[in-house]
Amino acid sequence: MYSWIWRTLPGGLPGKLLGSLVLVVLAVLLLFTVAFPALEPLLPFSDVTVDQAPTSG
Amino acid sequence: MSDAVRTALRGLGQTLMTLGVIVLLFCVYELKVTGLVTAREQDRLGDDLRASWADPAPRPTGADPVPVSSDIGEGIAVLHVPALADYDPWVVVEGTSVADLKAGPGHIPGTALPGEVGNVVLSGHRTTYGAPFERFGDLQPGGLVVLETRDRWLTYTITGSQIVAPTAIEVTYPVPGEQGAVPTERLLTLTTCHPKYSARQRLIVSATLTEDRDKADGPPAELEL
Repeated sequence: MYSWIWRTLPGGLPGKLLGSLVLVVLAVLLLFTVAFPALEPLLPFSDVTVDQAPTSG
Repeated sequence: MSDAVRTALRGLGQTLMTLGVIVLLFCVYELKVTGLVTAREQDRLGDDLRASWADPAPRPTGADPVPVSSDIGEGIAVLHVPALADYDPWVVVEGTSVADLKAGPGHIPGTALPGEVGNVVLSGHRTTYGAPFERFGDLQPGGLVVLETRDRWLTYTITGSQIVAPTAIEVTYPVPGEQGAVPTERLLTLTTCHPKYSARQRLIVSATLTEDRDKADGPPAELEL
């Protein structure tokens, strides 16, 4: 997959480097703003209160 | 080795490495990025709280002024912990929902308000979202925790800490452990997760009010501002 992306990116070496950087930044932003916030409530790191039913919080 | 096997192995390797990087990024997100969210919320809450304190609304009078309650998600007090060196004060929000706790340590609605007779219960994150209660495992009996409200400096002295099950709701009762009992003491209970990075148990720190100063008399001597 990565080799296919590298081959497909246009603009010679500078263009491929710049394109790769943009793709990496986009992927990280997508993870930090969409994927991780959605995943977080499913994991138990944030349980700090006492409660009869184990809920996040 | 045939080309098909080679391609399959390379695909598997890339997939595993990608997953590894995503897991590492998730750790960075939880431990660092969530703190940025909280820092921004704390700035906003601090500004709002100071503005509301400066508002010349009628102040409760008498020997035993009843604190003013707040709406969910609003700041109600500032938490100082002189017992821990270099502990930056935190604005305590009303409410302990997931969203409330992203903004800072939360006051469980319905428990006593700071300074009231009964049990003030605050919960906070220990590892994520700024980790306001990160070092609360170090708190020892005799240490001081100060709640600053609009009109009072309330100094609570730590009486002990314990590790309990996540279901130990009795620690939040007005008289901890005694359901329905009528409180006579002014207590403070701090709850967070235990052990660190886990949700298996809860760390409970208990304290009792030992000094109640008027804001006009200045902060308690133990508090280095």
